[in-house]
Amino acid sequence: MEAASLPGGDRALLARSPLARLPDRVLKYGLTLLAGLILALIVYFFVRLVGQARPAFAKSGVLGFAFDNNWNPSAEHFGALPLVLGTLITSALALAIGVPVAVAAAIYATELCPIRLRTPLTVLVELLAAVPSVVYGLWGIFFLAPKLQGTEQWIADRLSFVPFIGGGLVTIPNYFITGLILAIMILPIVSAISREVMSTVPLDHKEAALGLGATRWEMIRIAVVPYCRSGIVGGAMLGLGRAIGETIAVTILIGDAPKLGSHLFGQGYSLAAVVANEFGEAQGVHRSALFAAGLVLFVLTLLVNGLARWLVVRSARGTPQASAHNPSGGAALVADTTLGA
Amino acid sequence: MSTPTAADERLARFAVSPARRRKDAIARRTILGATIVALIPLVLIIYYLLSKGLGAWNANFFTTDPTGNTFFKNSSIGGIKSAILGTIEMVALASAIAVPIGVGVAVWLVEYGKTGWFAQAVRFFVDVLTGVPSIVFGLFIFIVLVVGTGSSFAGYKGSLALSLLMLPVVIRSAEVILLLVPAGLRESALALGAPRWKVIFSIVLPTALPGMVTGVLLAVARAAGETAPLLFTAASTKKTSFNLGGFMNSLPVQIYGDVTSPTTAVVNRAWGAALTLVTLILLLNLIARLISRRSRLA
Repeated sequence: MEAASLPGGDRALLARSPLARLPDRVLKYGLTLLAGLILALIVYFFVRLVGQARPAFAKSGVLGFAFDNNWNPSAEHFGALPLVLGTLITSALALAIGVPVAVAAAIYATELCPIRLRTPLTVLVELLAAVPSVVYGLWGIFFLAPKLQGTEQWIADRLSFVPFIGGGLVTIPNYFITGLILAIMILPIVSAISREVMSTVPLDHKEAALGLGATRWEMIRIAVVPYCRSGIVGGAMLGLGRAIGETIAVTILIGDAPKLGSHLFGQGYSLAAVVANEFGEAQGVHRSALFAAGLVLFVLTLLVNGLARWLVVRSARGTPQASAHNPSGGAALVADTTLGA
Repeated sequence: MSTPTAADERLARFAVSPARRRKDAIARRTILGATIVALIPLVLIIYYLLSKGLGAWNANFFTTDPTGNTFFKNSSIGGIKSAILGTIEMVALASAIAVPIGVGVAVWLVEYGKTGWFAQAVRFFVDVLTGVPSIVFGLFIFIVLVVGTGSSFAGYKGSLALSLLMLPVVIRSAEVILLLVPAGLRESALALGAPRWKVIFSIVLPTALPGMVTGVLLAVARAAGETAPLLFTAASTKKTSFNLGGFMNSLPVQIYGDVTSPTTAVVNRAWGAALTLVTLILLLNLIARLISRRSRLA
């Protein structure tokens, strides 16, 4: 604390002795070191992961590994295409089903529902986040999948002319069920972020729309949704990141087929599931290939999450005019970390 | 109602047309419908957990270890004692690692790093950690502590994987709460001549404590439900163990193992264990909510 010198006094009298200043220094540099260690840790992990995955990449090249449609550990043949596509198919399904429902629930909670229902509704949607992954898997495989098998078969038969969707025999574990469960799992986070972003819409905008004679729905469409678009997209991307990285529920539900499934209601595999399922027995190149799958997964979630954070922060910051209404800036990010239990 | 006057007719020109009104009603109903759809899975999951899980709960369920025996009559498959104790032990150790480090980093971000480039870099990497799939944390710990040391799985390795998972949640939630501590409190203490470390330990941290407990409990709840990071760091044994240096069972891993069993009794044990796990996590969430409601800051 460098205060202005005292009138007529000796400033040195007030200064702390070097010994008394020591704990301050220790704390400051100790904590800085701790923060730096986190950075170092992540970089160290990444380097080690690349090192472990190298033998698999050396065997067939990075592109050969990622685009070969055959994962056959017993023949020591490792092509990750069925895994990558399985991850992408199930995550895309999760987004297609989960995001509209989550955004609708957020709109209902912020704009339409009676104020007394708002908190209970929010808490109920958040409760979905408290159910562990393995319980979703258990519930999905013993309740949801058998219950929906008939309906799925009906859809598959009716849509038999559409490639990849119809025609085949529906199995209990399949891509569609996995996507559906993932949709339920990403619902709370997408909904929480959408709600957070929607609460930043300036009241002026909404009142202006209503004052011009808009109905509630028109107000939502012209004042709320355009203002929050990039925030909602960011929330959806965070949900996508979750869906891509989700492991245990997917392992239980996807069916563990080593080749790309022939249709939507057939068995498949995903990057996370293959690691969870095969890592225990894997040796040599097989283990290295699983590390490579983990690395691909890591990089994929990194890209998706990076983009998502950027969109959410940009939306939460909004226009300069908006930031006056929302001084806390990254509130949406906080919603993610605290609610993602 | 009397016959329409000239004033009424003028007003009618401002009324919302039937087509727009219909659209509004349809849109509102669709949104309400979707909100109800969002709540259906929750109701179904809770219903099935209760109806299947309560059936599996009995006197021996919490006091015996799973036997791994799936061929004989129901009573011989055992309960989930080792899984409950293993989860509690590993999550406790994970919290003991993640909470001091996480709060330390949060304090640094708020009190020292502020908005400098280094602090922003740390924030970015913490956000990166939030997005890393839990199974990748398991791989990290496997590489460093299982391949790296040449030893086998152990409870403390599972705890480390869980603590990596908890760390970003603890840091981010603690940072938010620390930012809410009024600047006036800090400035008063500094003006009275208190050194920085004393301000942090006796003013900032006690003020922020209730709010930080909430974040910690949510992180604990998240860690307690994770299976993937434990599969090849701590699993698997069926016996109760109080030695964190050896194999350790846990609730999620036990459920995961039981799901694939062809025996009905074992699957029922999975339902009972799932109900136990969800009850545990909901309790943690509930306590977190109660504390955050009583906190003056949040």
